[in-house]
Amino acid sequence: FPKGRSSSLMIRVIRGARTQGEERGVIQRECAAIRAQFRQADNGTRSHNLAKLLYVHMLGYPAHFGQMECVRLIASPRYNEKRVGYLGAMMLLDEKQDASLLITNSIKNDLSHSSQYVQSLALCTLGCMGSAEMCRDLAPEIDRLLRASNSYIKKKAALCAVHIVRKVPELGELFTPASRSLLSEKNHGVLHGAVVLITELCERNPETLEQFRKAVPELVQIMKGLVMSGYSPEHNVAGISDPFLQVRILRLLRILGRNNETASDAVNDLLAQVATNTDSSKTAGSAVLYETVLTVMDIKSESGLRVLAVNILGRFLLNNDRNIRYISMTSLQKIVQTDHNAVQRHRGTIVDCLKDQDASVKRRALELSLALVSAVNIRSLMKELLLFLSSCPPELRAHTTSGIFNAAERYAPSQRWHIDTILHVLTTAGGDVRDETVPNLIQLITTATELHCYTVHKLYRALIADISVQSLVQVACWCIGEYGDLLLRGECEETEPVQVAEDDVLDALETVLQSHMSSPATRGFALTATMKLSTRITHNVDRIRSIVSIYGSCIDVELQQRAVEYNALFKKYDHMRAAVLERMPVIDKSSPGHTNGESAGGSIKEMEPTKRTQEVFSYLDMKYRLDAPLDHVTRPGKTLGPNYRLFMTFVSHSHPPQSVQLQMKAPSGDVIPAHGLGQVTQTVLLNNPNKVSLKMRVRVCYTSQDFVCQDTVQIDSFPSPAW
Amino acid sequence: MQFMLLFSRQGKLRLQKWYVPLSDKEKKKITRELVQTVLARKPKMCSFLEWRDLKVVYKRYASLYFCCAIENQDNELITLEIIHRYVELLDKYFGSVCELDIIFNFEKAYFILDEFLLGGEAQDTSKKNVLKAIEQADLLQECCMTDTVSQSFSMV
Repeated sequence: FPKGRSSSLMIRVIRGARTQGEERGVIQRECAAIRAQFRQADNGTRSHNLAKLLYVHMLGYPAHFGQMECVRLIASPRYNEKRVGYLGAMMLLDEKQDASLLITNSIKNDLSHSSQYVQSLALCTLGCMGSAEMCRDLAPEIDRLLRASNSYIKKKAALCAVHIVRKVPELGELFTPASRSLLSEKNHGVLHGAVVLITELCERNPETLEQFRKAVPELVQIMKGLVMSGYSPEHNVAGISDPFLQVRILRLLRILGRNNETASDAVNDLLAQVATNTDSSKTAGSAVLYETVLTVMDIKSESGLRVLAVNILGRFLLNNDRNIRYISMTSLQKIVQTDHNAVQRHRGTIVDCLKDQDASVKRRALELSLALVSAVNIRSLMKELLLFLSSCPPELRAHTTSGIFNAAERYAPSQRWHIDTILHVLTTAGGDVRDETVPNLIQLITTATELHCYTVHKLYRALIADISVQSLVQVACWCIGEYGDLLLRGECEETEPVQVAEDDVLDALETVLQSHMSSPATRGFALTATMKLSTRITHNVDRIRSIVSIYGSCIDVELQQRAVEYNALFKKYDHMRAAVLERMPVIDKSSPGHTNGESAGGSIKEMEPTKRTQEVFSYLDMKYRLDAPLDHVTRPGKTLGPNYRLFMTFVSHSHPPQSVQLQMKAPSGDVIPAHGLGQVTQTVLLNNPNKVSLKMRVRVCYTSQDFVCQDTVQIDSFPSPAW
Repeated sequence: MQFMLLFSRQGKLRLQKWYVPLSDKEKKKITRELVQTVLARKPKMCSFLEWRDLKVVYKRYASLYFCCAIENQDNELITLEIIHRYVELLDKYFGSVCELDIIFNFEKAYFILDEFLLGGEAQDTSKKNVLKAIEQADLLQECCMTDTVSQSFSMV
């Protein structure tokens, strides 16, 4: 076949290739043939060859050598060649190619061609890939066509003008007069194009917007005609008369009515009419209603109309079509703050959407549900959220837990409910909670003083059931350490009594200590809890002694350090052990530096002097979280975080002072720059009313370049005027 | 509309129409990623997804996915109707269209699309008008292919 295969044949051959390599071979041969054909004089096969090349291009192969051929074909007098040439131009030439400039002249000529189908090709191509330069060049032509041509051309010229305005916004002024008169056309295609063009012009130029506000009554009339007209077969889609045009008019009215009372007023009735007269059983009607809702919510509508709009969205939620449910929730999300009460009425349906199969629908339902939580509905809504959590997709878990915690914090009807809720979350999704959850929960537990017994029982039960969830285990250990005496006592007001023996408790803690599932931090919690129990149990103190002593040679440095200190507490400082390990005071959440759930170096409330002996070992299990940006990254420095602890030990060499009080303030900062270029101050207030002479050991633990370090300083004497 | 892609269940591209200027490389990247994303969706999921900073509307007809990327202010539901309208046009033109029709007559698929949308927006909301125009254009093409003298037709 001397002139090359026909495109169908070529396509068949390419599809017959069994491997990628074979296909490449076929393509190479075909392209070579096409190239050869292009080089020859006009032999009537050029359009076929370009078409073949375009197919090859669609498969992903390079086709640059066809660009000039497009230029040539566009200039041809034959319609079939022009058609393929222009198609090629749209596929192979974009505005960045030099070759695109070469077709400007052809386009210009074709815009005035006697055949409207040729004009159409030029308009389509210009409107698809015209560069700014081409647009400037040809804009006057387009304007001319907007004014004086038949509907077939006018509608295309309007959309071509849209493209021009997007490329060269200043040219908007040129088209404004013509577009205004287009609104009186009857042809739907022209009207549609006109509305799209006017929308584009108004969005870009506030003056033009002002001008077109005068067109609102006209637009309202057109819209009314569409909504109230009888069946029109040409434009009917599922019972709606030209939904495409209706949607664009509604969108234009939205832009014109925004922030303008007069325009909004003129449109209120129409919107109500559309809202009540449009059948939403099919997508076309729903599309119109959707656009109506968007418009109502964006302009200055009467409140009755707004409620109507929200109700439409509520109805959408019940639609069988998942797409419509999704759209509804996206819209509700946008208005849940401004129209909260109206959206609340549909809470039930929204919550039901948590069970939808589609993950994006679920996500939207979650966002909305969280936005709708209030003091009134917290109990029932939380039940649904917790249910959702147990089966929600993994990518949503972290967001869900954090949303639940925020809601619980704001609206908890009781402390017990609050604690129960957090525990439920930890049991269900403890691996997906933020780090602050543990100290936050501990803080909450300490404040719920009447519930200590209940809480420790509940946590103990959770612990013996499962030690895999670190957050839960940490809180459980802390509680058991702190309130172990209540646990062992057996009776509890709020929960069934259960006999827990000392050995059981120690078994549980040891299991945590020894388990490979426990993180180092968790083991720290477990060890400290074990130690604290030494003053809360009566029979098994020796067991604790031996545990502590074993961990004194643990390979984990953190654990080892703790064990060594606890050992010391058993041996040298045994007389103070009770005081050191006694019940922690309530942690004041509103202390300086404590924001939004992050515990910082808060102050400890003043301790009652009778309960403290001369040595106060301030050891706080809480991590100090100092989330500061590392703006000293380029210079090595000491950064205090995320683990910063200040230990203070009083060393008395004579009689123990009964009345020394200690208060630690928040540190002045969280980064100490290197080379002594700055400092961080932390104030510690000592109240020493009896003016006992004191020695103090201060230990600072901090992180420097990812290494955990500590410094110890002993203050042997304080200046005498200090007391 | 920023672009429309038609692809098979195996991810083979059957038509691509771009209404925004992008390099070949960028187009390929977008196509590859979006096709992957859409093909990974389960049948029960909705037709809309957020992808990069765009909204994507897609629908499967037989073995072909019709996928459009629209801007934030655009109405997703009406885009579904646009896609449906295009499918109806193809169906009427080819007589019960199937994927093979679009493969072997891809230029026709483009011509039909270009008669329906211009710059990403609908030109004519009447199915009848679009089909008529394509019919006339085809006639014009036939005439031109049989003789070399260009004819001028003027339709009002």
